[in-house]
Amino acid sequence: MSHLERTISALQERFPHGVLGKAEFRGDITLQIDSASLVAVCRYLRDEPALGYNVLVDIGAVDYSPQEPRFALFYIVYALVQNTRLRLKVLLPGAEPVAPSISGIWPSANWPEREAFDMMGIGFEGHPDLRRILMPADWEGHPHRKDYPLGYEEVQFTFNKREIDARKKYATS
Amino acid sequence: MSQVRELETTVEELKHLFSPRAATGETMLLNLGPQHPSTHGVLRLLLELDGEEVVSCIPDVGFLHTGIEKNMEAKTFLKALVMTDRMDYLNNMGNNLTYCLAIEKLCAIEVPERAQVLRVICAELQRIASHLVWLGTSAIDLNASSILIYCFRDRERIMDLFELIGGQRMMTSYIRPGGVWRDVPAEFPAAVESFLDYLPGKLDDYERLLDKNPIYLARTIDIGIVDGDEALAWGMTGPALRGSGVNFDVRRAMPYSGYENFEFEVPLETGCDVYARYRVRMREFRESIKIIRQGLRLLKPGPFITSDRKFAPPPRAELGRSMEAVIHHFKYWTDGFPAPDGEVYAATESPRGELGCLLAGDGGPNPRRVHFRTPSFNTLQVLSWLSRGYLVADLVAIIGSIDIVLGDVDR
Repeated sequence: MSHLERTISALQERFPHGVLGKAEFRGDITLQIDSASLVAVCRYLRDEPALGYNVLVDIGAVDYSPQEPRFALFYIVYALVQNTRLRLKVLLPGAEPVAPSISGIWPSANWPEREAFDMMGIGFEGHPDLRRILMPADWEGHPHRKDYPLGYEEVQFTFNKREIDARKKYATS
Repeated sequence: MSQVRELETTVEELKHLFSPRAATGETMLLNLGPQHPSTHGVLRLLLELDGEEVVSCIPDVGFLHTGIEKNMEAKTFLKALVMTDRMDYLNNMGNNLTYCLAIEKLCAIEVPERAQVLRVICAELQRIASHLVWLGTSAIDLNASSILIYCFRDRERIMDLFELIGGQRMMTSYIRPGGVWRDVPAEFPAAVESFLDYLPGKLDDYERLLDKNPIYLARTIDIGIVDGDEALAWGMTGPALRGSGVNFDVRRAMPYSGYENFEFEVPLETGCDVYARYRVRMREFRESIKIIRQGLRLLKPGPFITSDRKFAPPPRAELGRSMEAVIHHFKYWTDGFPAPDGEVYAATESPRGELGCLLAGDGGPNPRRVHFRTPSFNTLQVLSWLSRGYLVADLVAIIGSIDIVLGDVDR
């Protein structure tokens, strides 16, 4: 039995209501976790000596609009000694998506969670410093959401320069 | 007036990041960057200083955010490839490779052996080029000014090699889904060989320039100490992590593109300081040279891109003879190819650490979501913790030693 299989059966045994499902795609196993038990699952993964998932590799947010639940957070955790990777998936509703913060377990979750907050508009309960990270502090909207338009700039030529110029937003003093 | 009020709320928002002494004026707040040569790009740091000593350091990123992930969603898988070049501008080939590995995993594309070896050669040449830029810039931060121009001179030879194979110095987009863009010209192996013969002697020179320089040693040894467990907890990867004695290299732990066929060592140093990170990178130069030499030996004639016409264009010669080839050619370049509905994660070892790509398809020719786990973004978090208690001058050495690229941080 590989370390990954051991981990999955240990999690399923310990959290019968927290682990909602298991999916395999292209050889990678993704465990779907209930957002209410995410912190407990992560703490167990890190602290249980037999599991030893001491690294949080990444947090990625995906927008499945117009499906519901709309958002998914993918957590990739890694056990260095056993060289095993596990992917956790947490589904969040489209209205007020909020997940518990795991930055208390792995400090490296701090910035990835801020990025998901900034770009996808997902809140993290218990995050010590939940501010925008890539976009300016006064930015409106969350650019990586599917309903956020892809901006572009009209190309100005000599014949339509004035016409476009009149529509352009310039900084006013 | 309203503008002033807005600024006040911003300071209020940041209050929890400073010590209480900042409010009383006992410590000084200082802005460093974003336009400062020692921040290696457009990194802004908000420093709280007690004299020369850093009490807290708050990195402010996003100045180079170009919406690459968002833009990629609006393009087909193939057209989005060119955007990955522009992410980490010192690791263009590695970015291509990571993204292509994710596509290949998502669509289950087989890559021919020759393409895999070419990819390894390109990735390692890119690692040398990136480390050369790091060596030059981090040394000039510490006032070793002569080394910068030497490093850029040598890097230019790698840029010439890339121009030879991809027609471009930096933004080559040479690595494509299913293989590489085209086969390398006949003179490529000899050109690489001659560069590999040239480099080791130069590296010895650079090492002598720095290792026998008491100022460089005084400014790097015992500066910026982070032990292995802390480094892992903060999400550090790559040479910065291996400088703390943690044996983690994606090429070894989760081999991709045939790295399991290469013999190389993962350099480890236990000093945990700026100097240890410098030593790791200097040794990585030699390992990369070793890998490229093996790659040149493994390079056997054969196809350089998959023969599955859904994922690679047909050869030009076929277009005049086969109707099918014309259809494939047209469909490939206009519609692209559909990818299944699912998510994959592929990772490579970039010169800065683990570069990962979380790719989600939606059944159509465009990605649903492309998310990059970039090493610089994750490593930069540690700076606020790592710089505490050091002098401002040491902070500059620390920034240099974690080797961040702001294009990689902000994407």
